[in-house]
Amino acid sequence: MSPVNRIGRAFAKARTSGRAALIVFVEAGDPDPGTTRRLLPALAEAGADVIELGIPFSDPLADGPVIQRASERALAAGTTLPAALSVLAGLRAARFTTPVVIFSYVNPILAMGEAEFAHRAAEAGADGVLVTDLPPEEGRHLASVLKSAKLDPVYLVAPTSPDARIRRAGSLSRGFLYVVSRAGITGARAALPEGLAALVSRVRKQVPRLPVAVGFGLSTPEQVREVAAFADGVVVGSAIVAAMEAAGAAGRDPVEAAAALVRALAAATLKV
Amino acid sequence: MPDANGTAFRPPEADAQGRFGAFGGRFVPETLMAPLEELTRAYKDARRDPAFRSELDGLLKTYAGRPTPLTYAKRLSESQGGARIFLKREDLLHTGAHKINNALGQALLTKRMGKTRVIAETGAGQHGVAAATACALLGLECVVYMGAVDVERQALNVYRMKLLGATVVPVMGGTRTLKDAINEAMRDWVATTATTHYILGSVLGPHPFPTMVRDFHSVIGREALAQSRKALGKLPDLLVACVGGGSNAIGLFREFLPFRDVEMVGVEAGGRSLAPGEHAARFGPGSVGVLHGTRTLILQDADGQVLPTHSVSAGLDYPAVGPEHARLAELGRTRYVSVSDEAALAAFHRLAETEGIIPALETAHAVAWAMEEARRRPKSATLLVNLSGRGDKDVVSVARREGVEL
Ligand SMILES: Cc1ncc(COP(=O)(O)O)c(C=O)c1O
Repeated sequence: MSPVNRIGRAFAKARTSGRAALIVFVEAGDPDPGTTRRLLPALAEAGADVIELGIPFSDPLADGPVIQRASERALAAGTTLPAALSVLAGLRAARFTTPVVIFSYVNPILAMGEAEFAHRAAEAGADGVLVTDLPPEEGRHLASVLKSAKLDPVYLVAPTSPDARIRRAGSLSRGFLYVVSRAGITGARAALPEGLAALVSRVRKQVPRLPVAVGFGLSTPEQVREVAAFADGVVVGSAIVAAMEAAGAAGRDPVEAAAALVRALAAATLKV
Repeated sequence: MPDANGTAFRPPEADAQGRFGAFGGRFVPETLMAPLEELTRAYKDARRDPAFRSELDGLLKTYAGRPTPLTYAKRLSESQGGARIFLKREDLLHTGAHKINNALGQALLTKRMGKTRVIAETGAGQHGVAAATACALLGLECVVYMGAVDVERQALNVYRMKLLGATVVPVMGGTRTLKDAINEAMRDWVATTATTHYILGSVLGPHPFPTMVRDFHSVIGREALAQSRKALGKLPDLLVACVGGGSNAIGLFREFLPFRDVEMVGVEAGGRSLAPGEHAARFGPGSVGVLHGTRTLILQDADGQVLPTHSVSAGLDYPAVGPEHARLAELGRTRYVSVSDEAALAAFHRLAETEGIIPALETAHAVAWAMEEARRRPKSATLLVNLSGRGDKDVVSVARREGVEL
């Protein structure tokens, strides 16, 4: 696990302090670009080690209702891939240093052009790229242009992935490998899926080289504590997006709501 | 394959990744990859199994009503004063459209894979009805996702699905039409592949769906080819079919592809106009992109956001086209045109009045273009139109549109 860049360093730092890295997903431009500009530094301040910045898409078929609504709000306010990258570029210019992984569906990237995207994402200060609907079979070209642009391609593995697929995803990934905790779409769930620890250890055996982060369905500090015991990173998304949505609807500041939740989650990342 | 200028055309086959040239493939979340591989193996295995084929052929014959006739549309042809128009009568199948060919095939496959639950998406409701029917016949649980806009405009089919024991789930997200129904079906499927098969209703989606759905519909062209030889003593000069995802079109075209002298035209929904959001004509304003797991021509904006579509017919109201059609067009073997809402509605009436056949609004697009084209061709020429479905489902909405109280 040689930490080569900001993502690697973030995982290494968490590990040295006996924690799992906290990875926080938010949707770019939800509900508007100005909010995202304030949000990212607030998340980092509250304890997010890595931020996944979701790119709004018209047809988010891997997402549950919470992120679907966030995507619709963001699109309604005009945030697409170029706008999201320019928010990030603005933050980097203001010395924002937390690692950011662009989390997108493949079509907005194809529309920009894979090489052009890699170039612009690197220039904007992204550190990694994860494409929900791009399995290794279709993702080889993107992985290579990302690597040339010094961006970490991050692939997903799922409970349905046989060992050979896990190895293939591992061989294309850098920074970390993302384990989808359960077969399903994004969205908070009350309980952790059975066999999650076993899944993570199966993944580690196939891909010993990379830190392993677990996401999909995690929402509470209790769940984070449980998963932090056996994973290198824990991803929380829908719960944060939902907290922001609820705050917005109640006339409170969504950024503060997100930060408060992230503080509670960060406190639960200590490995016990 | 004998034809005037030599060599036969080699129909495209998907490669191991499911690609037709640069189109097709599998662009899905990792969770679906292993289930799609399993489905591909199961389908390959079933296809080679004579017992599976004979069970399906038996159902198509004794239950669905195959073979369907080839009808000479004499009065329609004569009123145009040009080429003779023949109709391949998929409208006469049980449930009223070609969709049952695929639904029965995939429902049998579901049983073979040991799965007990089926999900499906539907636009016009014809595929939903076909899937619900096949599930009732074979004792499978069936859930159909349908955009809320389509639930409204195809109310009759919604009730038919319920009568058949299916659960219909209205989809409130996005544009509330076919594309959003597919999103929702995919969301269900990612979580349920262990027990559930997704009977996709057109030649769309990730591999193996475009190939599998095409194969189940190829019976249309196989019959039509033999029937043409018998009725005309030769092959038709031109095949015409409407194209939503493209299943009835590819079903008709496929067996004829090697015969270069047979021209093929797919008819898309021209809607109200060719302005963005007002139509579903992917060839033309469309560009290459990925939607619902396949790389193909889609209607999208410069940032890769999928555009809304419009058509008077719910079954053509969709922003992507099957990848094999995109490939065939690229190879110059087929071509695609569009027909407006107005022209389709006029053809809907015209076919009813001249032939006593009320076509589905989707099908009416093909009829409309064929009528125009017939006028441009000599009397010796023959056009074969795939009459993909009957219009019973559309009668209420056409009446409403024309201000008729029922
Ligand atoms: C009668 C009929 N024809 C055509 C279509 C369009 O689908 P496809 O292009 O897959 O044949 C539909 C879809 O609902 C239909 O009901």
